Amino acid sequence: MDYSWIQISVAAVFLSVVITLVLSRGYGWFSRTFWRNAAVVSSLIMLFILMWLTFDTTEKVRPGAGQVPTWTVINHEIALVWDDTKRRQMPVIGEQTGFFGKVYSPEEAYALINKGKMTLQGRNCMECHQILGNGAYYAPDLTRAWLDPWWEERVMPMLGVDTREEAMKTWLQNPDKYPQGKRRMPNLHFTDEEAVALVAFLKWMSAIDTNGFPPRFGVAQ
Amino acid sequence: MSVFALRQPKELYESQKLAIWYFIVAILLFGVQITFGLFMAYQYIDPEFLYGKLSFMTNRTLHVNSMIVWLLVGLMGGVYWFLPLETGREVVGIKLAKFIWWVIVAGVTVVVLVYLFVQVGPGNAFTLWFINEGREYIEAPRWADFAIVAWVAIFLYNVIATALAARRITGLLGVLIFDLVALGALYSAGMHYTVNVTMDQYLWWWVVHLWVEATWEVLVGVVMGWSLMYLLGTPRKLIETWLFLEVALVFGTGILGLGHHYFWIGTPEYWIGLGGFFSALEPLPLVAMVVHAVYDSGAHRLYTVNKPALFWAIAQAFGNFIGAGVWGFMQTLPQINMYSHGTQLAAAHGHFAFFGAYVGTVMTLVYIAAQNARKHVQIPLDSKLWGWAYGLLIFSIIGVVASFTISGFAQTMIERAELGSTWNAFIRAYTHPWYANTHWWRFWMGMLFLTAYLILVWDLVTIGRKPAAAVEGAHD
Ligand code: HEM
Ligand SMILES: [Fe+2]
Repeated sequence: MDYSWIQISVAAVFLSVVITLVLSRGYGWFSRTFWRNAAVVSSLIMLFILMWLTFDTTEKVRPGAGQVPTWTVINHEIALVWDDTKRRQMPVIGEQTGFFGKVYSPEEAYALINKGKMTLQGRNCMECHQILGNGAYYAPDLTRAWLDPWWEERVMPMLGVDTREEAMKTWLQNPDKYPQGKRRMPNLHFTDEEAVALVAFLKWMSAIDTNGFPPRFGVAQ
Repeated sequence: MSVFALRQPKELYESQKLAIWYFIVAILLFGVQITFGLFMAYQYIDPEFLYGKLSFMTNRTLHVNSMIVWLLVGLMGGVYWFLPLETGREVVGIKLAKFIWWVIVAGVTVVVLVYLFVQVGPGNAFTLWFINEGREYIEAPRWADFAIVAWVAIFLYNVIATALAARRITGLLGVLIFDLVALGALYSAGMHYTVNVTMDQYLWWWVVHLWVEATWEVLVGVVMGWSLMYLLGTPRKLIETWLFLEVALVFGTGILGLGHHYFWIGTPEYWIGLGGFFSALEPLPLVAMVVHAVYDSGAHRLYTVNKPALFWAIAQAFGNFIGAGVWGFMQTLPQINMYSHGTQLAAAHGHFAFFGAYVGTVMTLVYIAAQNARKHVQIPLDSKLWGWAYGLLIFSIIGVVASFTISGFAQTMIERAELGSTWNAFIRAYTHPWYANTHWWRFWMGMLFLTAYLILVWDLVTIGRKPAAAVEGAHD
């Protein structure tokens, strides 16, 4: 897009005020007509800008187009790296390592992540956790769950498995047996397929560039 | 006496009788909301309570969904109440309105039973259609979404057809129609499934934000406008001027204020500036509403035909400003939101804003209906109990909000600012005393809220039964 947010904001406010004033010539600023015009004009201008930005945003959030990664990132290593130009953390896609010992084609990766997303919704994860910071506040935010050092530090030794995907899958299927902290996740009886798909979804989500949220992830101890 | 109170015929309009059903169901669902909220509050204290049987997520689903439904039902009931008074005639299509209402009541019952007993489903389209869509606030399965859209469409038809039949489009009716079109259209934006979680949340906020911070706020402007005309006899010209001013400011700031939910979901960076700027201005119309309410009630020296309704209207103006405006502003600037986003601070604001803006409004409407539902209309309406319900509800919700605010500060500082937002950081935050201690008072404030709710129900059943003079004597 060719305009900065400041230009858009100033133009939106300026146009709303000027068009209202022009339409309301001859009416006092506290008349019903003046504010009726202001209501209609500002609503339409803001709505128009929202529509325009929605087209722009829709293009930019297509997987692979910008901040949202392609489906096949699940085949790769992912890391959060400090970006000194933007001065925030950015997800960086590393070399291809496969996922559960397999390299997924774009179609397969899409299907798997789709299954994961449906499972996430069907099991109502969002009513305890947050997804990209939105949801309930009882359980941890899942935006960067794939990148959480806790899997290596604690869950892998606890379960005796040696890859992160195995650890996540096994733990997701038995959260009641391996409580972390005082609040226990209920066993939602994920099938093997659903558990793998969920891990794929979480891995894909961890590669979304969220403008630096959550802040300083995994940096401090 | 106000024009609107004089326009009320002895025999209620059919539309008003329907409105009373709306209010009864709203108040019952309010009870459902409180019950499941208390279950959650206790689970915070003892996570093993009902663990695996009625887990937190199920309670939360019922808590927030019943809230959305009862508040919407209450606001719609307010329109059915005032529409015949505004147009001077029975609502057109009242049979259809009654029919869809009972369909919705049956539908809501089925949805609640499925949430309670089926709870979750496999990760496939069937679940999204028939059990749960798994998207906070709008979990209702797809079939229920269609029922809701049909319901709003019939409601819109009732309003438009009645205005046309009466050959009367007032400013209030114009705003109402414009607003309802937007409200219904926005809901359908939130019904789609998409695997791209960024796009999913982009559209999900069209329902959540553009409902509560835009279209509902304007709907409240309309029904509160009518309420003030009824309660104080405020002239139409003044009400409509203020309403237009509010619409200009609410839509002028709230539509792009939507951007405060697009800071961190994978959407482009320009939303950080746009969302921050416009949402920071969102409290402006809420200040205007306080000025309006205080000015109007002051001008009448608080003399009114219905005391509890007027007091709720004043509480609404302040609650909307403080709960939505102040608690929202507290976390809306991106540099703050980066740390507070998705913490208990959001819950503090959510409780305060919904209570202040929408519970306050529905209570005003319910008391107006309660006054006129009796054989002998008591003027001014008053009782000994309503003040207890009013005071305790407000006091205990502030207690709940305070507890969430403190746990929210602790979480923001410990989990986000200090410890790097990981799973471990999350656990370290919720076990810190500043956070953990709030669990107790939140629960007890919730119990007090429940008590106040029971008083409210009792008051609504009994108020206005005695002749006016006796009550006035007792009160003075
Ligand atoms: C009556 C009007 C309002 C209601 C009912 C309301 C309700 C809510 C609720 C329930 C949430 C939590 C959403 C979630 O689950 O994540 C929320 C979030 C938020 N609201 Fe409001 N709100 C209102 C008005 C406002 C206003 C006027 C502002 C700004 C000045 C505001 C700023 C915010 C912000 C910044 C968040 C995001 C918090 C986060 O990042 O987690 N709200 N609102
Ligand atoms: Fe919002």
